[in-house]
Amino acid sequence: MINDVILAAKGLTKQFKGFVAVNDVDLQVDRGSIHALIGPNGAGKTTCFNLLTKFLQPTRGTITYNGRDITRMQPADIARLGMVRSFQISAVFPHLTALENVRIALQRQRGDSFDFWRSERVLSGFDGRALALLDEVGLANFAVAPAGALPYGRKRALEIATTLALDPEMLLLDEPMAGMGHEDVDRIAGVIQRIAQKRTVLMVEHNLSVVARLASRITVLARGKVLAEGDYATVSKNPDVIDAYIGAGHG
Amino acid sequence: MAAETQNARTQVAAPALTPPASMMGMPRHHLLIFLGLLALGLIGPFVLYPVFLMKVMCFALFACAFNLLLGYGGLLSFGHAAYFGSASYVSAYAAKAWGLTPELAILLGTATAAVLGLVFGALAIRRQGIYFAMVTLAFAQMVYFFSVQAPFTGGEDGIQSVPRGHLFGLIDLGPDRSLYFLVLAVTFFGLLLIYRIIHSPFGQVLKAIRDNEPRSISLGYRTNQYKLAVFVLSATLAGLAGATKALVFQLASLTDVYWTMSGEVVLMTLLGGMGTVFGPIVGAAVVVTMQNYLATFGAWVTIIQGVIFVVSVLLFREGIIGVLGRWLKKPL
Repeated sequence: MINDVILAAKGLTKQFKGFVAVNDVDLQVDRGSIHALIGPNGAGKTTCFNLLTKFLQPTRGTITYNGRDITRMQPADIARLGMVRSFQISAVFPHLTALENVRIALQRQRGDSFDFWRSERVLSGFDGRALALLDEVGLANFAVAPAGALPYGRKRALEIATTLALDPEMLLLDEPMAGMGHEDVDRIAGVIQRIAQKRTVLMVEHNLSVVARLASRITVLARGKVLAEGDYATVSKNPDVIDAYIGAGHG
Repeated sequence: MAAETQNARTQVAAPALTPPASMMGMPRHHLLIFLGLLALGLIGPFVLYPVFLMKVMCFALFACAFNLLLGYGGLLSFGHAAYFGSASYVSAYAAKAWGLTPELAILLGTATAAVLGLVFGALAIRRQGIYFAMVTLAFAQMVYFFSVQAPFTGGEDGIQSVPRGHLFGLIDLGPDRSLYFLVLAVTFFGLLLIYRIIHSPFGQVLKAIRDNEPRSISLGYRTNQYKLAVFVLSATLAGLAGATKALVFQLASLTDVYWTMSGEVVLMTLLGGMGTVFGPIVGAAVVVTMQNYLATFGAWVTIIQGVIFVVSVLLFREGIIGVLGRWLKKPL
C-alpha cells in the first residue's frame, strides 16, 4: 500500500428514527498516527465511534480495517482483529481486583475460556505480565485493590493497562480525559503518547489543548457531518469550525 | 512527562496476588466451611428429621444453581422452576413408569433440564434486564401449562408414590437414612462443582461480563456464548436438585413448576446473599425451616416470609452471608 491507511470509513451514515446522527462521513486514519475526532456536543462523535467499533450497525456506508471490509462484523470479532476501544465512562470490572482486570485481557491469549472445570490457578501464569502492565501506568501498588474502589483517574489508567494487555494494533479512545483533574490529564497524555509510538490511536476528545498536543490529524464533526480536516493549525483557523464551536456555545 | 512516568516506577515487591491456596485451590476459610458443612451433613440425620434435612439440601442446591446465574452471571431468571420442575417430573416418571434405578432417573431428569435450559437460554439471552426476566418467566409458564395438560404428569395429582428404588440396583433407598446419604453426596458434589465454576477461567470471564458487558465485548469476548453456557450450567444444576427432590418426597407435582417456586428461589438467594458462595445455602435453610416449623400458622407463613424478606432487603441488602462476610472482611 502506498498511502498506508489502517482504518477507513466511506459514506458512513446512521439514522435513528427520523434523525440522522451521522451523515455521509468519510474518514481515513493513517497507520501510526494519533487522529482526533472533535466537535461540539451532539455532533455525532460517539455515534461515529460506536459505528467504527461495531457497537452500532451503520444504516449505510462501509468500514474497512487493514483493507478488510468489517462493516457487518460483530464487535467482539473486531477486537480479535486488533482494534480495541475504550469507553466514555470508565470501563473497569469493579468487583475484580486491578490485577484481575488486566488478566481478563491477557486471558484472551488462551482463546476462549469455557473451561469451567479447571481451577483459576491456571491463570496465575499471567500474573507477572499483568503486574508489569500495571506498573507501566503507575498502578503496581494497587494490584490487589478492587477496581471499583480506585479513584477516578486510577480507573482510567487501569482501563488503559487493560487495553494494552491485548497489544492492539489500533486503539480507539472515547474521551480519555473526560472528568479528569489537571495532573491526571498530564499523566494520561504522557501514557497515550508513549502508546502511540508503536500503534495507531483514534480518539474523541473535548480537551482541545490535549488534542493540539497529541494529535497529528484532526477531523471536526458538526451535526453529523465532517466540517474540516487537517492538523491543528489548519483546523483551528477554519472559519466554519470557529463558527460551529462559538455557535454551539451560544445555542 | 513520559520520562517522569517511567521514573516513577515503583519497586514491585511481589505481593500475594492470589489468596493463599490450601487444598483444592480453596482459601483456608472456604475449605473449613465446606468441611464444617460436611460434618453437619453427616451428623444431621441423627439429630434432626432426615426428610427435612434432605429438603433443605435440595433447595440449597437449587438456590446455589440459581445464584450461579444471578450472582456471578448477572442474569435474573424468573423461571427457574421450569428446570427444577421438569427434572422432577422426568425423574419421577422414569423411576415409576419405566422402573429406572434412582441414579439413572436423576441423570435423565438433570439431562432434561439441561436441554430445556439450552433451548430457553438461547432465546432468552438475546434480551437484557427486565425483558430477560420476563422471557424466562414466559417459558416457565409454558412448561407449567404443559405440565397441567400432558397426560403423563398426572395433572393436579402429580406423580405420586414414586419408588425410591435401589441405588445401582443394589442399595435399598427406601429407608430415609440411606437415601439421606445419597442426597448429601449429590448436594455436596453440586456445591463443589459450582464453587469450581465460580473459581475457574470461565468464572473469571463470567464475573467480568457481569461487571461490564460492553467492556468484555471490546476485549474480544463473545459474551452471548458465555451467558448461554452459564445459563445451561445453572439450569442443569437446578434440574439435579429437582430430580433428587422427586425421589425424596416420592412426588412430582405442579408446585415444582409453578411460578411461586421461581420466586422462592429468588427469595432464598437474596436472603442468604446473592453473589456469595455460601449465602444461598443459608437462605434455603432459613426459608425451608420457616415453611416447616411455622406450618401451623397456615397461610400466615407467606405473610411472615414476606415481612422477613422486606426487612432483610431494607436492613441488609447484601443478605445474611453478605453482611457477615463484610464484618469478617472475608468473602464468603
